[in-house]
Amino acid sequence: MTVRSSGTHAIHIEQDVVLARQLARKLATECGIRLIDLTKLVTAVSELARNTMVYGGGGDMDWQIIDENPRTGLRLTFRDEGPGIPDLKLAMTDGWTSGSGLGLGLTGAKRLVDDFEIDTAPGKGTRVTITRWT
Amino acid sequence: MAALQSSTLDAMKKNQNQLLVEWISGLEAGGATRNIKEQDLKQQTSQFLQLIISGLENGNGKNVATSSWDDIRQFLEKLSHSRAQLGQDSQQTASFIFALKGPLFALLQNQYQDSPALLAEQLWEVSELLDALGLHTIRTFQKSREAVIKRQQEELLELSTPVVKLWDGVLALPMIGTLDSQRTQVVMESLLQRIVDTGSEIAIIDITGVPTVDTLVAQHLLKTVTAIRLMGADCIISGVRPQIAQTIVHLGLDLQGVVTKANLADALKLALTRLGMTISKAN
Amino acid sequence: MERIPILQMGPFLLVTIQVDMHDQLALTLQDDLSERISKTSARGVLIDISALDMVDSFIGRMIGTISGLSKIMDAQTVLVGMQPAVAITLVELGLTLPGVSTALNVERGMKLLQDRVIEQ
Repeated sequence: MTVRSSGTHAIHIEQDVVLARQLARKLATECGIRLIDLTKLVTAVSELARNTMVYGGGGDMDWQIIDENPRTGLRLTFRDEGPGIPDLKLAMTDGWTSGSGLGLGLTGAKRLVDDFEIDTAPGKGTRVTITRWT
Repeated sequence: MAALQSSTLDAMKKNQNQLLVEWISGLEAGGATRNIKEQDLKQQTSQFLQLIISGLENGNGKNVATSSWDDIRQFLEKLSHSRAQLGQDSQQTASFIFALKGPLFALLQNQYQDSPALLAEQLWEVSELLDALGLHTIRTFQKSREAVIKRQQEELLELSTPVVKLWDGVLALPMIGTLDSQRTQVVMESLLQRIVDTGSEIAIIDITGVPTVDTLVAQHLLKTVTAIRLMGADCIISGVRPQIAQTIVHLGLDLQGVVTKANLADALKLALTRLGMTISKAN
Repeated sequence: MERIPILQMGPFLLVTIQVDMHDQLALTLQDDLSERISKTSARGVLIDISALDMVDSFIGRMIGTISGLSKIMDAQTVLVGMQPAVAITLVELGLTLPGVSTALNVERGMKLLQDRVIEQ
């Protein structure tokens, strides 16, 4: 497994969420991810980037293109130093929300990608890593 | 554990050409070179030997997964890939590496004929390295083949479940055989695309030819129906056999108001009626 | 400020979303639409998303809100032109936009609105 390329994108204002989506789309296309999977990934990125900005108080999106012959993957990590999620199990059930949203962010995003990992605790910020493979 | 002696490395460097000649003739004798162009084989063997020698010179250990062996791993991955394309099996591909053992051992026997202990040690070092590389090649080969098979399966899927235009605005998707998760997905995606391309308002999914439906497939069907409606078209499911109807009830699945018809003909009649058409006999 | 244009076509309003919207732009559209519906006493709103290659939960919520808003103001909303990849993703997300009517394209959507308005 080798990391072909990597980078990071800061998420602090609304426009950064849009840019995050566009960057994810560009990278996914580079990997050769098919249209439907790509659309799902970009949508997940939109949800998670928005979470980072709105609930995390801003943060970063790290990306990596990974070659694991014969497949290629795009891995994205959303991290923030925000308040963290107090009850992760509850947050991962459909319909939970902490704001005025529909609360589909996390569980929804999980269904849209191949691999999903989350690391969070009150006061410790949040880190979500998603991966889509070809 | 002892390491490769510099004398071994020197011997290899000095006798490259001979090693290559013996290696290639070993490969040919084993039948591993069918369909492979002579120049390609020459280039591949010499490149591999070079990579091994430079790797050993750099003092790389026997752990071929480390980044210091990146070059040789990449070379082997490319080799595996190209052999898979030629339809070769993993035995023939791995023998590319293992066939180097013979000439190398002969070289070492010559080099260390006066020190059997050292000979044994060096033979072991060389053997372990080549084994590790050979295993890596087999592993990568398997993955390549699996990818090829997967792609062929997908193409077969698309071919075997065509979307048919029954009338202006009415598409039909006859599904035949057992449905698995992956097949259902691929097929549904092409149906949705055809709906957009043709501007058809009604899609009939006919499952007459499907013997059983499990929860997963039923869920996919329902997801497809929902997607079709989001796009602004509608869906009729036809050919629901009694067994399938029972399964659906047993699984407690809510068809969410999807109309079902016993057969494709009834579904077509309904579709045409919905589109505001009537059929009458010509005089 | 950037705004999404709203076209008036007789008793109906047509919105064609062609840009990758940031959240504020979506909220502005919501406000602009409710104002226009009220001002023109529009009977229907057509939202054309055929150019959108992604719809996330925020935009989905916006569409649901617009549909609800219009209904209160006696107008019907029809969403048209959703791309297959978007539809599949929304279903996977669990966003089914209940109460929002849909049509394949602007032409069909217009017809749907006309039929509905006549019914009333």
